Amino acid sequence: MIDSPPVSVDAEAAALAAATAARHSYSKLIAFLAARTRDVAGAEDALSEALAVALTEWPRSGVPRAPDAWLLTVARRKLVDGLRRRRLDEAASAHLQWLAELRGDNDDEQAAWPDRRLGLLFACAHPGIAPELHAPLMLQVVLGFDAASIASAFLVSPATMAQRLVRAKTKIRQAGIGFEVPPGDALRERLSAVLDAIYAAYCEGWSDPVGADARRRNLADEAIWLGRLVASLLPDEGESLGLLALMLHTHARRDARRNAAGDYVPLSEQDPARWDAPLVDDAEALLHRANRCAGAPGRFQLEAAVQSAHAMRRRSGVIDWPAIERLYDALCELTASPVAALNRAVALAETQGPAAGLAALDVLAADARLADYQPHWAARAELLARSGRVDAAQQAYAQAIGLERDPAVRRHLQQRLAALPV
Amino acid sequence: MEYMLLIYSDPNGFDKLSPSQQAEGLAAYGAYHEALKKAGVLKNSNRLRPASAATTVRLQSGKTQVLDGPYAETREQLGGYFMIDVPDLDAALSWAARCPGAAHGSVEVRPVWAM
Repeated sequence: MIDSPPVSVDAEAAALAAATAARHSYSKLIAFLAARTRDVAGAEDALSEALAVALTEWPRSGVPRAPDAWLLTVARRKLVDGLRRRRLDEAASAHLQWLAELRGDNDDEQAAWPDRRLGLLFACAHPGIAPELHAPLMLQVVLGFDAASIASAFLVSPATMAQRLVRAKTKIRQAGIGFEVPPGDALRERLSAVLDAIYAAYCEGWSDPVGADARRRNLADEAIWLGRLVASLLPDEGESLGLLALMLHTHARRDARRNAAGDYVPLSEQDPARWDAPLVDDAEALLHRANRCAGAPGRFQLEAAVQSAHAMRRRSGVIDWPAIERLYDALCELTASPVAALNRAVALAETQGPAAGLAALDVLAADARLADYQPHWAARAELLARSGRVDAAQQAYAQAIGLERDPAVRRHLQQRLAALPV
Repeated sequence: MEYMLLIYSDPNGFDKLSPSQQAEGLAAYGAYHEALKKAGVLKNSNRLRPASAATTVRLQSGKTQVLDGPYAETREQLGGYFMIDVPDLDAALSWAARCPGAAHGSVEVRPVWAM
């Protein structure tokens, strides 16, 4: 005789279905609900209440055929309740009217919902919101990350991060920040803020190479998901493809950054066989597509091209430093970023020798933005060592070691320091 | 604003390291110390002897008690501190993350409450 399946299996299946529905439709539903009311926090509350209802009802009634539509209907009801509770002003009654007309019950209409996610991303990266909050806001609003995980990733106290996110959402509502995708020329400018924020999230996730923090490893994957979303919604924008190519190139090397002993391996010493070949191929294809888009290549296309030049080593065995130098020239001209200038100096040292690289670094030494930037000191130390200036190299290595967060990189720098001739 | 970065770690952890690892660990602290100085944010810093070297004084029912060591033995003990002066908590956290103590233990960041 076969035992009937225990209730917990159903409960688990229902919980899984709810979680899957949430994962797939969270950003879509938030964007759709908040686009009209501009009340992101209200939409989040309503949707999380709807999810809680789903988790208690679905195990009994079964998972509905269109979970998204079901969630929307319940969330809409919660929003209406919330608006009623808060006493009505004129704007609220207009929203109520809109909500009353909105139907999510019918699955056929699900396809007709406009996808407002791109607009939501643009709202999160609006110039009226502090740039350092763009990425945290996207992670919370579009992907549903909690404030504490975001705070850890961005090295901010959880209480502070929660407060900043609340303030930013209030600003969206009170200042009437729109969920429209900007038209024409404004699109490129505003898009760059969206892409910058996605890349910031990616970089925070990337800086946890051992994957010790599961939430952070997730962050890099989630940023790629956002990158894919933007690339699919704006397939003719070179920069949206460029950013995705850049992230995929970098992501392809995530396992090659450490050897079996857990030691840090710099890019130029990584074994290309340990790179994720399908990801590299994806990145290359995206970059080719980006290069065919209208307009001059932007920051992310150029940076992806640099990574592509490094990736060529898997076939040719050599790094194309002259190409990398030219790309950093273009990046310096385009962005005036001190980090691009630093990388240009490193490329220059490869094409023209360490003296040329050091001369370029000396020009940068006065830039206060690089004073506490570890890679600046590591690059300087490396070039000083190659030029035989051992004392100065020792000091620069010590500075780099003192500024590094990652113990594996710190050990690597200490080994370089110890290997200097006495 | 002044912040105290308090390093908590296993006091026996250091003894378990090989001599070369110990040298590497001390050098990492030395480099961190120098980086704080160079950035102009360091006020003061020191190591502390383990809690086994501590003596605790407390007045109980009007009588002074002197006891060896701390009351509770915990795995992580206060092992040292860096007092820094930085513009805000974000800056203090970014220095705390660079402290070698964040890797082998934990670093508590406390704002100084001036008297």
